[in-house]
Amino acid sequence: MAADYVDWLRREGRIVIVGASLAGLRAAETLREEGFTGSLTLIGDEPYDPYDRPPLSKSVLLGKASPRHTELPRRRHLDAEWRLGVPAAGLDLTGKRVLLADGEEVEYDRLLIATGVRARPWPVAEEAELDGVFVLRTRDDAVALTERLRAGAKRVVVIGAGFAGSEVASACREMGMEVTVAERAGAPLVGALGGVVGAVAADLQLENGVDLRTHVTVTALEGDPMGRVRSVHLSDESVVEADVVVVSLGSLRNTEWLTGSGLGAGPRGIASDAGCRAFDFRGIVTDDVFVAGDVARSPHALFGYQFLSLEHWGNAVAQAETAAHNMICPASDRRPHMWMPAFWSSQFGVNIKSVGVPPMGDELMIIQGSTAERRFVGVYGYKGRIVAGVTFDNARWLEYCQRQIEQGAPFPVEYPTMDRRPEGRKAVPADFPDPALPTHGPTVTLSGYSPADRRLVFTPGHH
Amino acid sequence: MTEPSLVARITDFANRADPYPLYAELRRTPVLHEEADAPYVISSYWDIESLLHDPRISSDAANLAAAGADELNQAENTGLPPSFIRLDPPEHDRLRRIANSAFGPPHEPRRIDDMRDELHRIVAELIDGLAGETEIDLVDQFAYPFPVTVICRLLGVPREDEPRFRSWVDPLVASLDPETRQGADPEFVRKAQEARTQLGMYLAGLVEERAKDPRDDMLSDLAAGKGPDGAMTMMEVLSTAVLLLIAGHETTVNLIANGMLTLLRHPEYLRRLREEPELAVNIVEELLRYEPPVQLVPQRTCITDIEVRGVTIPKGSRIWLMLAAGNRDPERFKDPDRFDPDRDDLQHLGFGSGIHSCFGAPMARLEAQIALAELARRLENPRLVADPPPYRPNAVLRGPRHLPLAIDGVVA
Ligand SMILES: Cc1cc2nc3c(=O)[nH]c(=O)nc-3n(C[C@H](O)[C@H](O)[C@H](O)COP(=O)(O)OP(=O)(O)OC[C@H]3O[C@@H](n4cnc5c(N)ncnc54)[C@H](O)[C@@H]3O)c2cc1C
Repeated sequence: MAADYVDWLRREGRIVIVGASLAGLRAAETLREEGFTGSLTLIGDEPYDPYDRPPLSKSVLLGKASPRHTELPRRRHLDAEWRLGVPAAGLDLTGKRVLLADGEEVEYDRLLIATGVRARPWPVAEEAELDGVFVLRTRDDAVALTERLRAGAKRVVVIGAGFAGSEVASACREMGMEVTVAERAGAPLVGALGGVVGAVAADLQLENGVDLRTHVTVTALEGDPMGRVRSVHLSDESVVEADVVVVSLGSLRNTEWLTGSGLGAGPRGIASDAGCRAFDFRGIVTDDVFVAGDVARSPHALFGYQFLSLEHWGNAVAQAETAAHNMICPASDRRPHMWMPAFWSSQFGVNIKSVGVPPMGDELMIIQGSTAERRFVGVYGYKGRIVAGVTFDNARWLEYCQRQIEQGAPFPVEYPTMDRRPEGRKAVPADFPDPALPTHGPTVTLSGYSPADRRLVFTPGHH
Repeated sequence: MTEPSLVARITDFANRADPYPLYAELRRTPVLHEEADAPYVISSYWDIESLLHDPRISSDAANLAAAGADELNQAENTGLPPSFIRLDPPEHDRLRRIANSAFGPPHEPRRIDDMRDELHRIVAELIDGLAGETEIDLVDQFAYPFPVTVICRLLGVPREDEPRFRSWVDPLVASLDPETRQGADPEFVRKAQEARTQLGMYLAGLVEERAKDPRDDMLSDLAAGKGPDGAMTMMEVLSTAVLLLIAGHETTVNLIANGMLTLLRHPEYLRRLREEPELAVNIVEELLRYEPPVQLVPQRTCITDIEVRGVTIPKGSRIWLMLAAGNRDPERFKDPDRFDPDRDDLQHLGFGSGIHSCFGAPMARLEAQIALAELARRLENPRLVADPPPYRPNAVLRGPRHLPLAIDGVVA
């Protein structure tokens, strides 16, 4: 009976994907690759074919790529119905229908939710609307920002020194603009990589001429009578002039459209089991609704089955593939989403990569190279084991870090490596800010064991 | 009498034409250590891949000498300081970065691709030269001269110096085969040494010229050293140039010769390549898995005790990574002994991996793709004259010494 259903579903079922970007596209391609011949509908609120976001804060800002042409390469012909430019506005779980903002309804047999996240806007609406204030998440954002920068911006203020903010600062410096970065924490990237590595990132910024202000918050954006942004007020009472302000305060999960649907969706994302099946609000797994990408939170075997939310390109791809596979296969063939978290960034000429979950680590050890030279491999330790790795211009060692994490290798690392300097001989506190304090940009969040859990703290496993 | 050790059988020339059954035997003991002082031989894909990324494994020539290097390790004995292939970080990283800034992206994203037309021209000339012949030696007449010419262009060796240049390179490269060297007469050794000195002096002269009057070539860029790492010393430039020169030859010659041999043994792919030259990309990747020019990496030691599959390899041991055995590991590949450029999982260890992964890979790929596609298109009815063909003695860099082919002619 169940097998009959899967056969029928694969042949002539209806699959709907909400969110037509990276995860949505890769899922659709995987469905077809794995032999799904039924009807496929992709719903996306952006009016564009799926495009790639990482270039938006890198090559696009530098003018090396057009924001209008970062379309994702297609792996195959899809034969799908595209409903672009219209948001999904609601979900009827019992009736198996997605409600669109234009009043239409789309029925499904299986649904994949891949609505991602959006940029957290500047909290004061009138100030956010000043001309010259930008966020950077979508192609439209990138078009607007690059046009303004090209039109001759002189002073850029970036609010928030997470990965995206630091990349924007890097690009603007490279183009010769004056850049001020305001960051609440003590250094850039601390939420994602901790204070020791953050200090290296701070040096990078200072050396590249960024006016880096740490331990400050922005208190107000001030405009001129024409409604153009003119200056930025900081909590240390200083005022910085600006003709462009880039708000880079992290993201909000696109789950509001699911309010009242009965799905376990909220500000922390949509909880799913390891096989990408969404939980309902009672913590019971659904059969027909799957999630993937930035909007998902799912338990990970390597990290004690805690729920993990990742805003990582590679995760979106891998999770989409797993979700798509599981959507159209018998229960016994389902696979868990076991992707090793991995992230990259490039800023100020340095290639930064990480694997695992750095914020889970409380100690850091440099096992190759040196932070002074800004070329190094660091591993993060938690309770005697390696849980993450980070490389600055040393990406070829990342795979080793990954294997160490997978094997639960011991921390601190006691053996010598080829290029281990004196500083690398001992573990130091990784120096993450208190996870209870809101930061703008953790690209990985651990949020406890229960699908309903809203804690931000990593809860260690007791094995 | 006891059977010779597996390692001895692998290095035995008698098994050169088809070492793959021996590799299969090897994989039954994924960490093989046959006797004291022998290397630890690693033959499974995943183990090799992970050791190539392991910071406890050293490539430093000094560590290797201490571990008791053998003749398989002499492949770069030029009297110059060690090139980056035989160094560990941080020195390795510095030299490779400088070399890379003269060669590849992001600094010179177009240097290789811009050579496409030139490569086509060189290939066309060499094939034109075969017109009128009915039996050719693909190694001597094509697979060998092609990469020499290319590397000269890339480094910036003037065209008119090429014959001189090649007269030094030939004996030098020939002397790298361990067995040739062992059996060589004193005259041969003297010639090789002289060639080395001459080549060194010649390159030093060129580097000095380029330092004063830079052009668009790698020697100029290496001499100028514009990147954040500064410039190489003259000796470092020379050892890098010699490395590129030798690594460029030894491997690409074999890739092309192994490639043509494999295609002639699988004529359906030769025919398809003639019709769809784009297939060259997949064919070359699959060749790098199925018949990799570099069969094993013998220059590694471990600087601490490490454990592989439950075996503890003691600090200071030599480690051989059997790339060609890993490439046919059934734990990793479906149907590993089948040559199948259509497989959707085209992966291999042919270029190694990790920090020492083949520096010249983009060049080698392009050369082999263009060469094989053009050979397929232009050689009329090519047939193997001998199967297997005579092999070069070298067990590390394996390939036919000659590849005699009968052809009906050359298409324009
Ligand atoms: C500027 C920038 C730089 C980045 N750089 C890196 C990097 O260097 N490395 C890295 O690993 N990751 C990077 N990322 C993150 C990476 O791009 C994301 O992880 C990835 O895009 C996630 O894909 P997704 O499909 O889950 O979500 P998204 O790409 O966010 O796609 C979700 C889509 O759903 C749409 N949507 C939302 N709500 C609805 C609705 N109700 N109805 C219909 N459609 C809806 C959204 O508009 C969007 O098009 C970067 C992101 C940005 C913005």
